This record gives sequence, structure tokens and C-alpha cells, in this order.
Amino acid sequence: MEHSYTQYQNGCKLVSTRQHRIKFLMDYSKSLNVVTHKGMTFENNLN
Amino acid sequence: MDLQIDDSVLVSDYMSGDERALEILINRHNQRLSSFIYSKVQDREVTEDIFQDTFMKVIRTLKRGSYNEEGKFLPWVMRIAYNLIMDHFRRNKRLPKFQSNGDFNIFSVIGDEQLNAESQLIKDQIDCDLEQLIEELPEDQKKVLFMRIYQDMSFKEIAENTGVSINTALGRMRYALINIRKVIERNDIVLTN
Repeated sequence: MEHSYTQYQNGCKLVSTRQHRIKFLMDYSKSLNVVTHKGMTFENNLN
Repeated sequence: MDLQIDDSVLVSDYMSGDERALEILINRHNQRLSSFIYSKVQDREVTEDIFQDTFMKVIRTLKRGSYNEEGKFLPWVMRIAYNLIMDHFRRNKRLPKFQSNGDFNIFSVIGDEQLNAESQLIKDQIDCDLEQLIEELPEDQKKVLFMRIYQDMSFKEIAENTGVSINTALGRMRYALINIRKVIERNDIVLTN
């Protein structure tokens, strides 16, 4: 049974997203401002 | 001693304005989520695009205060990523070329694969029921099932990650499925559309 599941699977390659993408996400998070007014939610991107 | 801060605490900190908490969450789940996306799309750039879009949705939801799945952060993020992967494939799907001769309806060849509102509602309910059933499983079985189904890991990888033999991992998966079936039968749950 073990032999049926131990073959190399290309789909299981371990990868990580690079740091510049993570920095973008952090910047996006810092710039995003959500305001709720009278039951309505507004999103703003502040520079 | 394991000093790792729980995801739910980090989510709560982030919602209270601690940006550093988000960075920890992203870095903690980076490899797992990226590998999951890569296993589906097989392209590094697309993987990073989907990863980025996933966390943009996460950030928006958390900032809006709409997140209410305490303790289930990663499965929630994985679901968002999975939906974005499906969107990616739908967008890039090539439609078959067809030369009409006048007496043939093109829509008999090309259909809309999206579910209608009712079917989508039923599917969402089934997914929700299934998640509850999985939650009822013993921790070791739940872990194997999650890694296999949601993270698409091989049994070899699961064995390495959980520190057990492959046969033990296989056994846990088997018992997880048996237990889910038992609960379904015992409670007369219908999980089909």
C-alpha cells in the first residue's frame, strides 16, 4: 500500500511567496481605511 | 516550550490595529498557502498573484470587522484561496472554436458551468455540514484529512509533517472517512445535491 502513495508528485513542491509581495500586502493594509457611517461601509486607500 | 501565539490572538490583535500581527500571520502561513496554490496552478507568478489577492481579501474582511470564524483562520484563508484559484481557471478557460452553419445552436455546445442560485445554496449548505462533521473527528484524524483534502498533500508528506509512518497516516485517513460515514448514517444526513 505504501508504494502506491510514495511516488514523487510535482504538485507537492514547497514554494513561498517572495518578500516584496508581502511588503506590498503590509503597505496595502496600512493604507486601507474602513469607515462605517449610518450602516454603510466605505473603504479608502490613504497615501 | 512552544511560545507560538495562536492565530486567533493574532487576528484579534490585528483587528485592534496591530499591523505586526498581520505580518506574523502572513509569514506563518506563507509556505503552506503558496504551496497549496502552486499545487493547483503550477505557475510561480500566478501563485504569487493569487496569494496576494487572497490576503487582500483577508485584510479587507478583517478591517471591516466581518470576520467571525475564531480559531479557524487557516481553513478560512484556504477557502478564499481555493475560490480565487477556481476564478483563475474559469477566466483562462479557452472556449472551443465553432464555425456556425446556421442550423446549429452554439449554446448546445457551450454551457454555463456555474451553478444556479439554488444549487449554489445547496452546495454551500453541504460544504458547511461537511465542515461540521470534520470538526467532530478526533484531532489526529482531522489533521490528516485536512492535509490530504484541503492542502492536497501526499501521504508521504503528511507522514513527515505529523511524525508518523505512512501506514499510520493512511490508517487515520481511512478511519476519518469511516467515522464521517457513520455519523452521516446515524443522523440520516443527506449530503447530495
